[in-house]
Amino acid sequence: MGRRIGVRLLSSVPALFGVLVFTFLLMRVLPGDPAVFFAAGANAGQAEIDMVREQMGLDKPLHEQLVRYLWDITRGNLGNSMTTGQPVRTDLIERLPASLELTFSALLLALTLALPLGVLAALRPGTIVDHFVRFLCTLGVCVPTFVSGLLLIYVFYYLLNWAPDPTGRIDIFAANAPEITGFLLIDFALVRDWSAWRAAAGQLILPASTMALFVLAPLARMTRASMLAVLGSDFVRTAKSLGLSDLRIIVVYALRNALLPVLTISGIVFSTMLGANVLVEKVFSWPGVASYALDALLASDYAPVQGFVLLMATIFVMVNLLIDILYGVADPRATVA
Amino acid sequence: MSGTLRHVGWVLRGNPMTAAAAVGASLLLFIAFFAPWLAPYDPIASNVPIALQPPSAAHWAGTDQLGRDVFSRILYGTRVDLAIAFSAVSLSFVIGAVVGSFCGYVGGTLDRVVGRLVDVLMAFPLFVLAMALVAALGNSIENIIIATAFINLPFYIRFARAEVNVRRNLGWVEAARASGDSDISVVLRFLLPNILPAMAVQISLNLGWAILNAAGLSFIGLGITPPTAEWGIMVAEGARFITSGHWWLVAFPGLALMLAVLCFNLLGDGLRDILDPRMRT
Repeated sequence: MGRRIGVRLLSSVPALFGVLVFTFLLMRVLPGDPAVFFAAGANAGQAEIDMVREQMGLDKPLHEQLVRYLWDITRGNLGNSMTTGQPVRTDLIERLPASLELTFSALLLALTLALPLGVLAALRPGTIVDHFVRFLCTLGVCVPTFVSGLLLIYVFYYLLNWAPDPTGRIDIFAANAPEITGFLLIDFALVRDWSAWRAAAGQLILPASTMALFVLAPLARMTRASMLAVLGSDFVRTAKSLGLSDLRIIVVYALRNALLPVLTISGIVFSTMLGANVLVEKVFSWPGVASYALDALLASDYAPVQGFVLLMATIFVMVNLLIDILYGVADPRATVA
Repeated sequence: MSGTLRHVGWVLRGNPMTAAAAVGASLLLFIAFFAPWLAPYDPIASNVPIALQPPSAAHWAGTDQLGRDVFSRILYGTRVDLAIAFSAVSLSFVIGAVVGSFCGYVGGTLDRVVGRLVDVLMAFPLFVLAMALVAALGNSIENIIIATAFINLPFYIRFARAEVNVRRNLGWVEAARASGDSDISVVLRFLLPNILPAMAVQISLNLGWAILNAAGLSFIGLGITPPTAEWGIMVAEGARFITSGHWWLVAFPGLALMLAVLCFNLLGDGLRDILDPRMRT
């Protein structure tokens, strides 16, 4: 097992290296002078631009720049943000927990909805349940996250007044967040501050639902399709003939086997979610990495954008790695490619 | 030709959803072409005294913060959004189909190099990659199209490569080679036309996705600048008024987006069912 993981870790190195080089090319070679970007925007003095160019080594040939860039990255130096005046790395570390908390809650929510819905639809194909699931899924992919988010705000904040003010992560009047993991739900649970926990969960529920709705469709459809295939297989027939209870057959035998394809597409789902994060964070003024990068992008501050793109790609490569490993755990027949 | 048409009619009668989607898609194209004649009001002329009015007989979808007619703006927005989606998808289709076909046909080093490049592109979350591209290329509509085309490219390359790869040694391809066609001619004149129907499905499914992508990019403030009537930017402008209860500024452009994506998705699903019944879910 350890060897397998090691092999797979090594095989993701080329992907990461490709991501680094591509980001480098994207920011350095395309039109526009990075020295101007990294100095202080378009209205920096010529002397300052020249100084930055020399500092960044932009007067050197391209391959030397690449080596220098890779060296900077390995030391964790992502440059400075001119909007916040801090190193990009500090900013990203500060804001990453907010984004991850949102993404993981949404994924959890989507899975807890999608799996039962998919299973139900597969158990009763062609019935009302099946059509309802299909309808919900079709709708889920067609409504853009920024529209569904805003409509949820309208219904649950403006009309029903159930949800709190949809700006940011936590009510400013609530207790100060303890700095343990950065994940508010975990932190408040650890210090047993349940009223603050409820406030944090209240802020989280709408953005998380928005994202969950968007990725519900692929998960539920895949669950339904693979569950249908598994339910028709020999081992399910055998389990039935042995007189096992329906619940045991479905949950223990069928679902476990049906989950493999679902696991495979969760990589694509995660990629969609990292993208949807940008839109959802914008709609809900969520203080995560995506809204940070977006603010920087609109202010022509490129170091944070570059850092953000690298961070997202790295997370995505890591998630794919994790999925591959989980796949091996769930299905010992699968080999590491 | 009339035989083909009759066959299409027969197929659509058996697939009412696909037929409805086809009608919807044609309607969208019609609106996009004839927006100036269909729209009851000027999409960018402001009329502040009637700002933020809810839907009424005079203004079917209400008015926005400058008193512009939301319905007219949605009709004009169809133009921009469809134009972006169509140009982006055709760009990635043409480049992706040609590059992918040659990779599948030639194989070897070309195939490996392109395959690696595609892998690297796929290692990025796609919307984030589009954002980064717009950031690097500059903030304009052309670059939104290029970015949207670029993130679609890997799918077309992979698809065309796989489709050509299974056909490269078939009898009729051999025959074309044997009768003296060059490799380029075999790929462009025989293999590409042969994989076109399968790619049509991909195109239709991609159009919906491209619309979502372009609207998403303009929602976050990239590409299209405010006075332009475009669905994403209309939702972005309406977002400021949602907490004060002006739902129509978001709901109607949102509905337009949803219907457009729905049409192209259903059309793609229907085409796939017609072309490949095994994939039916």
